[in-house]
Amino acid sequence: MKKKRVYLDYAATTPVDPRVVRAMAPYFTDKFGNSMSLHSFGQEAKLALEKSREEVASLIGAKAEEIVFTSSATESNNLALKGIAFAAEASARRKKRFISSPNKQKGKHIIISPIEHPCIMEASKWLAEQGFSITKLPVNKYGQVDPKDIKKAIKKETILVSVLHASNEIGTIQPVAAIGKICREKGVYFHTDATQSFGKIPIDVNSMNIDLLSASAHKLYGPKGVGCLFVRKGTKMTPLLHGGGQEAGLRSSTVNVPGIVGFGKAVELAKKEMVKESKCLAGLRDRLINGILGEIEGAHLNGHPKKRLPNNANIWFEFVEGESMVIQLDMAGIAASTGSACSSAKLEPSHVLLAIGLRHEQAHGSLRFSLGHWTTEKEIDYLLKVLPGIIKRLREISPFKKK
Amino acid sequence: MSQIGPYTKKVIEYFKKPRNYGRMKNPDGIGKVGNPVCGDVMWLYIKIGKDKKGREIIKDIKFETFGCVAAIATSSVITDLAKGKSLAEAMKIERKEIVDSLGGLPPIKVHCSVLAASALSEAIYDYLKKNKRDVPAGLEKRHELVEKEKKEIDEKYKEWIEIEEKMHQG
Repeated sequence: MKKKRVYLDYAATTPVDPRVVRAMAPYFTDKFGNSMSLHSFGQEAKLALEKSREEVASLIGAKAEEIVFTSSATESNNLALKGIAFAAEASARRKKRFISSPNKQKGKHIIISPIEHPCIMEASKWLAEQGFSITKLPVNKYGQVDPKDIKKAIKKETILVSVLHASNEIGTIQPVAAIGKICREKGVYFHTDATQSFGKIPIDVNSMNIDLLSASAHKLYGPKGVGCLFVRKGTKMTPLLHGGGQEAGLRSSTVNVPGIVGFGKAVELAKKEMVKESKCLAGLRDRLINGILGEIEGAHLNGHPKKRLPNNANIWFEFVEGESMVIQLDMAGIAASTGSACSSAKLEPSHVLLAIGLRHEQAHGSLRFSLGHWTTEKEIDYLLKVLPGIIKRLREISPFKKK
Repeated sequence: MSQIGPYTKKVIEYFKKPRNYGRMKNPDGIGKVGNPVCGDVMWLYIKIGKDKKGREIIKDIKFETFGCVAAIATSSVITDLAKGKSLAEAMKIERKEIVDSLGGLPPIKVHCSVLAASALSEAIYDYLKKNKRDVPAGLEKRHELVEKEKKEIDEKYKEWIEIEEKMHQG
């Protein structure tokens, strides 16, 4: 008998939509050409590549030529931060040859939020080692950045502000339009990591004054190994990879045509289904959140109660540890994730949960459920049936169980 | 059964059906330890009795653990290993024996077995001290190390610990 399995970890990755797989298939075999080749094999690949570019661009109101395909959101985020940083440094160096600049730090300041994905945190840390200065903004208890703090933090040396659109962990959505407006007024580039929001909630890079935006295919029913970076026309960037000059010179490498075709198809589907699906997911999410908070004592919601991704629920439970819960759930066939220290390679609790003011033991007991296309009401109800027993049992084992 | 997390079948068995968990009334010794890095907490209770030869043995043992799968499994396994052993034998239970009894632990989780061994040695230390008995040098040294870490962990869980201590007294 096949065990019942319920996947509630769509924020980690999603299955590829069969329609996406079908669209990709010919590009592995029949239409296998290198998009840089002049012959017909190359040109049919090129055609598919450009069609996907238009598709992806249109989801966020960008121009096709403003989309750079990459291998992942991690690469996109690295390219955004380092690409802008290196370009600013190079430009400062050029200027210095003509005018002696009194301010050595000019063009070396970057602002980020404290709840970015590790790839932004780590890339920033590395840039700090290279002589850039990094300001980490505060966030409120819901994980929101106050645009006023950005206004205060921007100096004349600031080259880039990077704030993620929606948190992968707690689901909180940032006021990106307000942040974008400030950055535009101050003449500072604004990058947003939209990996979790892309295709789930509307994004318009123009009205939101976004200059750079990262996204990934595998979070919206596309394949793994494909991401993109929107780079507003005229933005000065240095590539990370030098080579054959693909992707307008910003990302050399033979282009992953089948993957990108899949990304394009996933975006095409998202465009059609996003509004309906988001509404449906938000309903399931609220059923899950209300069910847990109503049924289980000592359960608390992390992140903003309203301004959150339609598919994210993050809850911390008193007196129990996250990894134990994840494994218990797994044994019941349910896939979820945790920000507990025990589950991380560094044995540290999630920096996001600590940044929103959770204490160590609170972060220790956090669970994230993320919903998707194939999540059903029945599955949520199954979780709601199973979870109270798991928490009860772990609390029986815990020394801190009674109030 | 498919693979569950990074754990062996044995670990999962102990985690699924932990033995000897829960609070003990009027224990002869309590060992309270915590790992300041990951934040896991283990409390171990022992009751001392005598065997036929008149040697002091661990007659009963229970644990309470706030932590991951490995922390719960190692707590459970150490209660199995220590039950019925003389104090001298129990003091000798080391990390390796715990890990071996579980068929191995992922490297990153080995510290959980250290915590379990410390919890037991602390409980024995507590018993000896309470009864104004001589504490072997090795046990004393270990206690000093644990105390240092305990300070950090107590700070972390101050509120929860205070509630529990009140419960114990009341």
